This record gives sequence, C-alpha cells and structure tokens, in this order.
Amino acid sequence: MACVTAAAIAAMTAEAFRSPGERMPIGPLGLIGLLGAGAAAILLWDRHATSFGVVVADNFSLFVTCTLVVIGVLSLAISGPIVEREGLPAGEYYALMLFSLAGMILMAMASDLLVIFLALEVLSLGVYVLTGIRRDVPTATEAAFKYFLLGAFSSAFFLYGIAFAYGVAGSTRLDRIGSLMAAQAMSPGPLQLLAMSLLLIGFAFKVSAVPFHMWTPDAYEGAPASVTGFMSTGVKAAAFAAFARVFLSALEPLRGHWTDALQVMAIATMIVGTVVGVAQSNVKRMLAYSSIAHAGYLLVALISANDVGKGAILFYLLTYAVTNLGAFGVISVLERADRAADKISDYAGLWNVRPGLAALMTVFLLSLGGFPPLAGFIGKWYVFTAAMKAGFTWLAIIGVLTSVISVFFYLRIVVMMYMTSSTSAAVLPTTPRVAGAALIISAVIVFYLGILPTQVMNWAAASVGSIF
Amino acid sequence: MHFPILTSLIALPIIGSLGLFLVRDDEHNEGALRRIALIVAGLVFAETLLLWARFDPTSAEFQFVERHAWIPAFGVSYAVGVDGISLLLLVLTGFLTPIALLSSWESVHKKTRAFCIAILLLESAMMGVFVSIDLFLFYVFWDAMLIPMYFLIGIWGYDRRIYAAVKFILYTMAGSVLMLLAILALAVLNESATGHYSFDLQTLYGLSIPAAAQFWLFLAFALAFAIKVPLFPFHTWLPDAHVEAPTAGSVILAGVLLKMGTYGLVRFAFPLFPTAATFFAPYLAFLAVVGIIYGALVAMVQPDLKKLVAYSSVSHLGFVVLGIAAMNTQGVQGAVYQMLNHGVSTGGLFLIVGMLSDRRHTRLIAEFGGLKTVMPRLVAAFLIITLSSIGLPGLNGFVGEFLILLGAFLWSPRFAAFAATGVILSATYMLWMFQRVNYGSVTEKNASLSDLKPREWAVVVPIIVMAVLMGVVPNLFLRPMGPSVERMLNQARRGSSIEIRAQK
Repeated sequence: MACVTAAAIAAMTAEAFRSPGERMPIGPLGLIGLLGAGAAAILLWDRHATSFGVVVADNFSLFVTCTLVVIGVLSLAISGPIVEREGLPAGEYYALMLFSLAGMILMAMASDLLVIFLALEVLSLGVYVLTGIRRDVPTATEAAFKYFLLGAFSSAFFLYGIAFAYGVAGSTRLDRIGSLMAAQAMSPGPLQLLAMSLLLIGFAFKVSAVPFHMWTPDAYEGAPASVTGFMSTGVKAAAFAAFARVFLSALEPLRGHWTDALQVMAIATMIVGTVVGVAQSNVKRMLAYSSIAHAGYLLVALISANDVGKGAILFYLLTYAVTNLGAFGVISVLERADRAADKISDYAGLWNVRPGLAALMTVFLLSLGGFPPLAGFIGKWYVFTAAMKAGFTWLAIIGVLTSVISVFFYLRIVVMMYMTSSTSAAVLPTTPRVAGAALIISAVIVFYLGILPTQVMNWAAASVGSIF
Repeated sequence: MHFPILTSLIALPIIGSLGLFLVRDDEHNEGALRRIALIVAGLVFAETLLLWARFDPTSAEFQFVERHAWIPAFGVSYAVGVDGISLLLLVLTGFLTPIALLSSWESVHKKTRAFCIAILLLESAMMGVFVSIDLFLFYVFWDAMLIPMYFLIGIWGYDRRIYAAVKFILYTMAGSVLMLLAILALAVLNESATGHYSFDLQTLYGLSIPAAAQFWLFLAFALAFAIKVPLFPFHTWLPDAHVEAPTAGSVILAGVLLKMGTYGLVRFAFPLFPTAATFFAPYLAFLAVVGIIYGALVAMVQPDLKKLVAYSSVSHLGFVVLGIAAMNTQGVQGAVYQMLNHGVSTGGLFLIVGMLSDRRHTRLIAEFGGLKTVMPRLVAAFLIITLSSIGLPGLNGFVGEFLILLGAFLWSPRFAAFAATGVILSATYMLWMFQRVNYGSVTEKNASLSDLKPREWAVVVPIIVMAVLMGVVPNLFLRPMGPSVERMLNQARRGSSIEIRAQK
C-alpha cells in the first residue's frame, strides 16, 4: 500500500519537477511526464491508495487523471503551431501548462477541502498567465485580467466556504465533514448551509455555470486557441471531479438542499449557453458558450447522480474533452499572428482549400452537437438516461431541446466551410505534423467512443462505483 | 453461421464510400467515381432482391435476425431483422439509390466524389433504419441519416439551399430528440419492470405500459414521425427541402426518407403504445385528411414544378397515415403499399422534373408548354408516371389508395369520404400541370430541347416497369407483408380490447 502511495505521489511530483526542465528547448519531456502519470494511474487502478488521508488514488481520481493525461497530451500537441508562429515564450508556456495540469490531477485526487483549494490555485494561476501570454494583444490582457479578478473573487468564496465547513465540522477532511453532515442531516444548521452554498459558488465559477459564467467568453476569446482548448476541457474536468467528490460524498446528506439550486442552475446554464451561443459571430466565443451549455449537461449528470449518473459524469467529461480539444485544435492550426481565424466567416470555403481540416472540424462539431455515431451522442445519451432514471424528466427535455438549438450554431461553421465560397485569398498556414496527428487521433477517439463505447463506459462506471 | 446479409446491406455502401476515397477526385476520374458508386449501389440492390427471394412470406416474425451485444450494461444490442413490412422498403431503397446516382450523371459536376460518398452513406443509414429492431440502433441510424442529406441539400442544391438544409435538419432533430427521450423512458420503464434495461423491440412489445405514460411516449414518437412524414401542420420544411435539393436528393427524400415517418408509426408508435394509439388514431386521421386536402389545394396553385410535386407528397402521405390510423388489415396493407407506390411514382416525377430543369434551367410551369411535340418520348414517360401518381387503375397508385379508402371506410366512413375528395383533387392538379407543361403552343426556348438520352432511358424505364408491375400484380408485393401486418395489428389492438373491457 505504501509503495503504491509513493508511486502516486512520485508521479505527481515528478511531473511538477519535470516542468521546469522544460525551459530547455521544447520537447517531449512534458509528454514523458504525462505518460508517466498515465502509466502510474493505470498501475494504481483498483488499489485504492491514499496518502496522508488527504490525497486518494481511487479509481475515480484515476479515471479523471487518465482523462487529464489525454487532455494534456492533446493540448501540448496542438500548442506547437501557435507557440512557434506567434513567438510565445516556449519554456514558460509549456511549464505553465504542465504545472496547471499537475494542479488538475491533484484536484482530482484531493480528499481534503484545503488540498482541493491548493490544487485549485495551482491550476488557476497557470491558466491565468496562459490566458494573457500574448502580452501585446489587448484582448488577451483584458481577458487575463478579467479572468484573474473574477477567479480570485470566486476563490475567496470557496475559501470562505472551507472556513465555515471547518467551523462546523472541526476538520477539512471530506470524510469527517461527511460523517458530521450525515449526523445532522435532518436539521442542518445555518452554518452548514452557508458553507455548502459558498462551496457551490466556488465550483460553479470554475465550471462556468450560469450565473457565474461571465468570464468565460472573454477569457476564451482572448487566450490563444490552444490555451482555450486546454482550459475549456482541463479546468472543467478537474473542477467537475472535485465538485462531484465534494457534493456526492461529503455533502451528500444535504442533497435535499442543493439539488434544487443545482437544478435551477443547470437549466439556466443549458439555456443561456445555447441561446446566447446562437448570436455569436466569433468562433471562440461561440465555443465558449457551447462549453457553458456542456457544463449544464454535466450538472444534469451531477444532479441525477444515481448509479447511472455518476458514470455519466466521467464519460461525458472524456467525450467532451476530446471533442472540444479537437475543435480548438483545428482553430489553433488555422490561427496566425496577423489573422485570428476566429470569425465564422474566416472558415468560408475551407473545404476547397483544406478538405482534411474541414472534415475533422465537421466531425468535432457534429460530435459536440450530439450526432450519432460520434462520441458526443453517446455522452449525451448517457447523461439523459441518468436524468430519466432519476426522474428529472424536465431536465432531460430541456437538455435535448437546447442541444437542438446548439446544433444550429455548430452547423453555421459547417455551412461556412462547405457551402460558402471563400472570400479572402489569404494563404493558410500549413499543418504541422504533430498537431495534425493529434487532431486525427482525437477524431479516431471520437469515433471509437461513439461506436464502441462499452469498454470505456464500464471503466467509468467501475471507477465511480468505488467511492460513492 | 449464415451470411449476415442485413449487416452487409449496411456495410457495403460504407465500404464503397471508403473505397471512393482511394480514387483521386478530379476531372478525369469523374466517370470512374460514378461508376464505382453505381456498381456498389447496384450490388446492394441485387442483395435486397436476393433477400426478397429468400424471405419466407408465410412467417410474420423477423427474419435474418442478427443480434450482438453492443452496450450490455444498458441492454443495447446491435439487432437487425426484417419482416414483411420492412422487406419491401429495403427493396425500394435499393431500387431508388442507383437511379438517383444515374439521374445526377450530368447535373452534378462539382465535387463528384463527395457527392457519391454522401449518397452511399445515406443509403447505408436508410438501410439501417429499416432493419433495426433495437430502438437505440434505430435512433442512431435515424439521426445519422440527417448528416449526408444535409450535405446533399446544402452543397449540391439550388439557390436557397443553405436555408433549406438547415431548416431540414433542425426540424427533424427537434422532433427526434423527444423521441430519443421517449426511447430512454421505455428502457427505464423496462428496467423498473424487469430489473434490466432493454432497447430490444420485441422485449418492449411485451412490456405493459401504464396508460398515462403511453400518452406522453406516444406523443413524443408521433411528433418525430409526423415531422418526418410530414403530416399537416408539420410539413413546412418539406417544400423547401424538396425545391432546393438536387434531383438525386429529392428522389431519395421523397422516395425513402418520408417513408421512415410512416414506417415508424407502423413499426413503433402503434404497436408499442396500443392504448394511446387507439386514443390518438382519430386525431391522426383528422390531421391526415386535412393534409390530403390542404396539400392538394396548395399543390394546385404552385407555379414551380418541384413545389407542386412536393405538396402532392404531403397529400399522398396523408393517405398513408389515414390507412395506418384505420388500424385494420386493408388500411395498413394499403398504407404500406402506398409507401412503395409513392416512392416509385413521386421519385419518378422528381426525376422527370429534374430532366426538364436540366434542359431549361427553370422549373416554372409557365416557362414550359407544348413539350409533347418536342420530346414525345419523355412526355410519354411523364404521362405514365403522372397517371400512376393520380391512381389510375392498372397502375400502382390505384391499389394503395383503394385499399386505404376501403380500410378507412370500414373504420369511419366520414374520414373516407373526405379523403376521397383528395383523389379527385389530385387528378385535377396533376392533369392541369401536365396539360400546361406538355400541350399548347411551343415557345421558342422549348423548341430545341432534346428527347430522352440513353442514360435517361435507363432511369425512366425501371420506374415505369415498377409502376405497371405494382398495378397489375399487387399480390406479388402484398403477399409477403400480410402476416407481418396482421401481427402488428394484433399488437396494436391490445389497447382497444383493454379499453373495451374496462368500459364493461
């Protein structure tokens, strides 16, 4: 047991140590670290290792870790073209990305509120800087500043929530809080509810649920596309993992008090995400709203967290991560220093110039829209099955209807790529091999999860079964 | 281990379209691309005929069943099979796809490879819809089918193609996502009844569903199918999609896609929710009759040939829904028969309109006139197909409409009487259109149009042969569907018998 624990810690610290080494010429070093983490995660499967009682490597966190490793590998791969083309400081860029990945993995494993907070800060700081890494671009600076201010604000909420939880339970460990909450579940005191609400706000901000989503479009627009892809998937995956762990284990006894709030939030998130998304003419902003909508579907899975729903969260996170990273990968391949490639009209006639990229983008967009036989469809189906099973029929109905609306704006890009002729004669940058390979791999995963989801679904279900 | 013929029906077009990727898409290879696609579609057609030949017409059960676990945790399986209802729809799909490819031989020159791939993928999805006996699998094909059709309309269509393509996909999706939820609800109901999830159609047929749940689930299914049919008042996407789609798209849309709605009613909505179906049948029939008359009246005033044919589809499919709602042998057999008829004759009409518009680059009726003297052969084919669409005895349309009206009359004479006016109206608008296009004086622009080319002969002759065959020997087609229709009716009548018992 102890050696397994050591391996878990080693995988994480090794990653953190490795990243500074990245200041040397960019390399697959980060990749090796990530693969190491992935391998450790697979080795630890089913062993339920813990260390110091604050970090657990149960199957739940290991599944999320694997998802995060996939996110990390794909993000690194699609970063190449942007870093090179825009002359970003490569060392800092990759180091920050790896640091925040380490934070995300820690967040997935943390079983103590303070450790969760620590991990949250580690990942957030990296992402704040990455957002504004294009220093000379005004929108990037604005985005980073906005993101930082609001993020700090929400961290304060979260910390406040921890303080109250500690005040009530005398501990920040989730299991102790859980047992105390369970003891007083019948008549929870105001402090308990306050702690719960503050934690809820903190998480809602990180997963960009309405009404705490205001930072999302700006931050997504200002950051380079590869960073946007990274934070729209990585941050969300880590935050949802911790969200699920806190609310489904420690705060499970208070379920009656938080489901209503979360239901309202989920409905608002799905509706705002899609309806406002329709009005966007900037692809990154549009995908930002789409990611808000997807957070809504994840909230639905969280609310209806029965046996089905818990697996649905993890499976959905994985499908969403791969698909969204793929979409942002295509954007980042097309992005140039002088041309952002983020207007919808920039995609006009892409099919004639780059049929391969257009086809990949179509696959990702259709998967986001939930068309079979792609991953997004299975993910949505899984979530809505959970909702139906738990009796939240209305959430499911709103969910499917908003996904129809979202198809409208995903298709706008498809219309541009295939059905409109190109207006500008701009020369498109060539696709670097690594990024191209990453995109193709994402597309293959999207098809794989869409056609043969059984294996991964079983893993997702098994990994959740181990803890809650 | 038998040869998995149904899977091969789905897989062959996919393999063919992958094969097309190996051929370079340029001017020189255009012919080769088309030929490969045509050969693949031809093979699929041959397979459907083989299927028909080996089909046991005396059995009501699903045949050639293949079943493999897909997502076992949720009881999702890859289950395919055919019965008498789906068999002929498969043959129809196999029949129309090569014709659609042939019809585009000269009208599509842009991105030929992608065009052929889209048609083949569409064929694969259509086959999948008709052979699925697992609801999840059915939904996967049902939704996946939208994508190639969307591209067909959006890329190779006429002027307002983007609007039409987006409208098509959004309309259809809006209906079908609620059906998805209803499917999930069924699986969950089955879980609470038996302890495990199942999407298998035959398992779910045996499930007894409380009446209140049936009500909502039937509505969700019926909405999805009503939009697809399209039943009045959900038909507004159809004229746009038809008018803007390329000829091949229109042929497949009218010939096969619309049938999926009525097929869905027969296969899923009625037998799964018998109580609700009995309750809603009069309402469906009412909408169907309104659709029959409304579609015919609107068709009458259309200046555009394609739009006219599109509205005539609304009218004709109203008959099909009426036949299903009657829930008796004549009505349902007639409905299934009429699905095939409509595929042949409306598909044929779209082909003819496509030929005319290829020649003149317009589809306005007012622009034509006197074609009879210019291209007598084409007009002769046009006449036969028009008459078959009207329902002249001896051609296919008559048998279906007659059976449906008979069935409707046995059930409710009032509906039958109103529907019968649709027959008269259809004769009016079709013959009037025919007269304006083909008789009268020849204008200068029309004087030099060429008659049928060999390729067009190859398109038109099979349609006419089918029209005559189906009109003269309907039993050839009715016989295999008989037992399956009876079984479906027994399934769907459970509801009414329960209701009657409850009243006593």
